[in-house]
Amino acid sequence: MSENKRTAAEKADFKRELTEVVPHLRAFARGLCGRPDMADDLVQETMLKAWTAQERFEPGTSMRAWTFVILRNAYLTDMRRNRFRGEYDEGVAERILTAPAGQEEPLHLSDMHRALLTLPPERREALLLVGAGGFSYEEAASICGCAVGTIKSRVGRARAALNSMLADGDIPQRSLDDDIAHSAILEELDEVAAGNGVAN
Amino acid sequence: MGEPTPSDKVSKKAAKSPEWADGLRQLYDSVVEEPIPDSFRDLLSKLDETEDRSAE
Repeated sequence: MSENKRTAAEKADFKRELTEVVPHLRAFARGLCGRPDMADDLVQETMLKAWTAQERFEPGTSMRAWTFVILRNAYLTDMRRNRFRGEYDEGVAERILTAPAGQEEPLHLSDMHRALLTLPPERREALLLVGAGGFSYEEAASICGCAVGTIKSRVGRARAALNSMLADGDIPQRSLDDDIAHSAILEELDEVAAGNGVAN
Repeated sequence: MGEPTPSDKVSKKAAKSPEWADGLRQLYDSVVEEPIPDSFRDLLSKLDETEDRSAE
């Protein structure tokens, strides 16, 4: 088990794949925590953890899925320490709302972003993985360490919430469900912690 | 571009709102397409250094 040392070539491959996946880690992290500076901190933390744990990565499997698990667990841990809790960068939201014209639908996108950030984190995560990251329900379930049905239900709820928020133009400034979501995540964290911290 | 994602078909409601479904993907893709900040390159090269040290 411990003698599973990687060759230099394998390490080089690992680093190349890790490098390639950085833009996706940044996008996922940005979607999760909203704030670009925090998101990038989270990605760097993820890269360090991934590097340290590289012998647990199975070459040939999805680096993106593997690192997303690490990023997600780091995010949940940080949330548990209240690092992200209640964080919502009003300044950023304002800048996005008044983003320069030129894009086809700047308002639409900013509403989208704001609505996304008001979702309870576990639904936001599920929607990001499936709706933006292009993961299958099965892959998303594996990343989140939960049942496929749970992911489907979270994505469904997230979609329904976005539908109604965007249709009514009624986007709350911050999530009213934060406390509920937070405790749900804490319960889930215990399950995650009981199982395997990093990938699998 | 503008193609419904496979997951859209699981929800009739989602099919009604391809606009925001596209928007979600656009949000994600817009970050993916951003140039990587230098701090990430720095971190990646530092990884090699830690590797050299631990190889001793």
